[in-house]
Amino acid sequence: MGLRKFVDKIKPTFSEGGKLGFLHSTFEGFETFLYVPNTVTKKGAHIRDCNDIKRVMIVVVLALVPAMLFGMYNVGRLAGIEGVLPAFWYGFLEALPNIVVSYVVGLSIEFAFAQKRKHEINEGFLVTGLLIPLVMPIGVPCWIVALSTAFAVIIGKEVFGGTGMNVFNPALLARAFAFFAYTPQMSGEAVWYADGKTGATALEQLATTNQMEWSAMDAFWGFIPGSLGETSTAAILLGAALLLFTGVASWRIMLSVFVGGLAFGYLFDAVGMTDYPAYYHLLVGGFAFGAVFMATDPVTSAQTNCGKWIYGFMVGALAVLIRVVNPAYPEGMMLSILFMNALAPLIDYFVVERNIARRKKLIKNVK
Amino acid sequence: MSKNIKLCKGLDIKLAGKAEKVVESAPMAKSYAVSPLDYENVTPKLLVKVGDQVEVGTALFFDKNNPRILFTSPVSGVVSAINRGEKRKLLNVAVEPDQKQQMKELKVVNPATAERSEIVEMLLASGLWTRIVERPFGVIANPDAQPKAIFVSAFDSAPLAPDYNFVLASEKAEVEAGMQLLARLTDGKVHLSARKGDEGFMAEVKGVEYHTFSGKHPVGNVGVQIHHIDRIAKGDIVWTVNIQDVAIMGRLVLSGKLDMSKTVAVAGSEAKKPAYKRIISGAAVESIVGKVEAGVRIISGDVLTGTTTAADGYIAAGANMLTLIPEGDKYELLGWAMPRFHRFSVSRAYFSWLCPKKEYKLDTNLNGGERPFVVTGLYEKYLPMDVYVSYLLKACLVKDLDKMENLGLYEVLPEDLALCEFVDPSKIEMQQILRDGINLMIKES
Repeated sequence: MGLRKFVDKIKPTFSEGGKLGFLHSTFEGFETFLYVPNTVTKKGAHIRDCNDIKRVMIVVVLALVPAMLFGMYNVGRLAGIEGVLPAFWYGFLEALPNIVVSYVVGLSIEFAFAQKRKHEINEGFLVTGLLIPLVMPIGVPCWIVALSTAFAVIIGKEVFGGTGMNVFNPALLARAFAFFAYTPQMSGEAVWYADGKTGATALEQLATTNQMEWSAMDAFWGFIPGSLGETSTAAILLGAALLLFTGVASWRIMLSVFVGGLAFGYLFDAVGMTDYPAYYHLLVGGFAFGAVFMATDPVTSAQTNCGKWIYGFMVGALAVLIRVVNPAYPEGMMLSILFMNALAPLIDYFVVERNIARRKKLIKNVK
Repeated sequence: MSKNIKLCKGLDIKLAGKAEKVVESAPMAKSYAVSPLDYENVTPKLLVKVGDQVEVGTALFFDKNNPRILFTSPVSGVVSAINRGEKRKLLNVAVEPDQKQQMKELKVVNPATAERSEIVEMLLASGLWTRIVERPFGVIANPDAQPKAIFVSAFDSAPLAPDYNFVLASEKAEVEAGMQLLARLTDGKVHLSARKGDEGFMAEVKGVEYHTFSGKHPVGNVGVQIHHIDRIAKGDIVWTVNIQDVAIMGRLVLSGKLDMSKTVAVAGSEAKKPAYKRIISGAAVESIVGKVEAGVRIISGDVLTGTTTAADGYIAAGANMLTLIPEGDKYELLGWAMPRFHRFSVSRAYFSWLCPKKEYKLDTNLNGGERPFVVTGLYEKYLPMDVYVSYLLKACLVKDLDKMENLGLYEVLPEDLALCEFVDPSKIEMQQILRDGINLMIKES
């Protein structure tokens, strides 16, 4: 195969000691992207499942596609473009810079760190890089995307040791950073539409007036303003179906987030703190998107099965709690997931302690 | 009779090349070898030199940590080579067999009437003691220890594993004698576990606590069975013996002779004729599978836990099968993005769930690069034990002895984590990490 020959030919240049040896990790990253490496098992099991982290991550990216495509169309539609394709094209051009900026900035940092640590390049950012533009308002300036991506990757991930070691979900951290550092550009009424149009999101309307100008069906299908990827619950559920079917995301977490949100939604509705049905919470804002794509991040969520139930329920419940009790900040999903990210190890700690206690009990039974 | 224990977790990997149920006698090999590397934590001290005449049962070396533990020759003949590796580490002692197959005189006692110490001495002298595995840690049993119980699994659930009901069909008396011998070694029970619905004569074996199990691999792993019969707590010692070794022990008692022959399965997609072979323990691989082309990996044992064996090497002492599979040292263009119908995955991100009955021809490619722990909840699906795999492994990685103990280090051996290692998309060397953790624990305690 010609391509393989070419890769083999330039490989020595990029290997240790070669002229471009300092780009070792970058080359390896591209090589393993092109070819599954020829490494064979040395110790332990001689055969291995053909699933790897690249495949896991690419499934998540695929799951994000429906929400992204719909988001692009929705941007054009809200800007007043007639027709599906022209509206989509308009939205595509609006969203493209953010996506490109997020990938370029994030991957550059990842590559640099991998190079420095002489690690292989991890695939985690394939997902994070797409999540970041999807949770940002469409009108947010590119430099904010770049800055928050850099913050999320460096402070959120690399300082902890890279993929698999981070405490907080990097994409959410990027959004939190942008939100708190550049509040005027990130919230308010101006940023959810492209091209200078303004208007409040459904979430803000619910928080301030207890009703919204869209029907629940509109909110479900996604014909409402909001961040690029989060408006259409239907498109998100499509992605959720893929994640659950392939087993990439935990159904325990996903289900319990929705249960937690609904439970607290009903509670607040019952005591009269809100005046709209509980399921509205699941349809508007980032709830569904967070539940499906953010809360289920295996690295930052609870790791034990029992812990996942608790973690998920708390994420959903807290999100609704923040939405209802704190009208100054209508979107609770981001903060509740970040908060539970911090608590997840504690939840797991107690679950594992119970396992240890069961084991210690065995000793007593004998004596 | 106790009730059947059904395990829901696990996985049967269907591989091509299952051994056909015919037994051929392998020709006498050019040489036979005994290797200290087939055992954990053995520091060998040689008792013979090249050119020495040995008989069946002559000790070739012993374990410096416990000089009573002898490793004996499976055949009679001449010591032809003492192979050493780096830093003069002993790899194996090879014996070239003669025609007579002279047995060493052994004091064989009747297990029913003899003292326990006499039985122990008989097993030690014959070298069969090395076939008793002690848990925790999976090392050769300490002859001075008193095990809480002894466990024997009558079936192997690993991919392509030999069917012991077939292998031992004509050796019921030997298995029974072996079991009675084991019963004298413990004040507790001897547990025998068979696969429900495929029990052979195991249900009729007397003097044992009989259990049946059903479920997927690793249901045949004795460690998993122990977990469900009588869990190992801190301070417990239990012993386990492979069922075919039980038969060899029984043979010694019944015939008074040490006969190290056994039936092994030759299986795998690259085996020219997958079938059973009657061999003597430690035989040169060539005598069992003939010439093997380059690009084929020969594994002493099953594909999940066996050891790679060179074409001019010897079958490992504990192995009851040889598996031959293709090496996977090839590049695959954009493999991670392809449908890959020919490869197997437990994940529905690939398509093997569409054809659950297909027998796969899997190679040794790692199918990806090693990554940190990312996925969660996956490993526990393939270990039917109350053990948090990733927490235990992380404790091993950071060498935290207390955590290792608390999280279940005494209950698992690397073989029990083999399936987790197989399914892991991060390609972490779990068996090695656990083994290192166990060895550290042995050193520190």
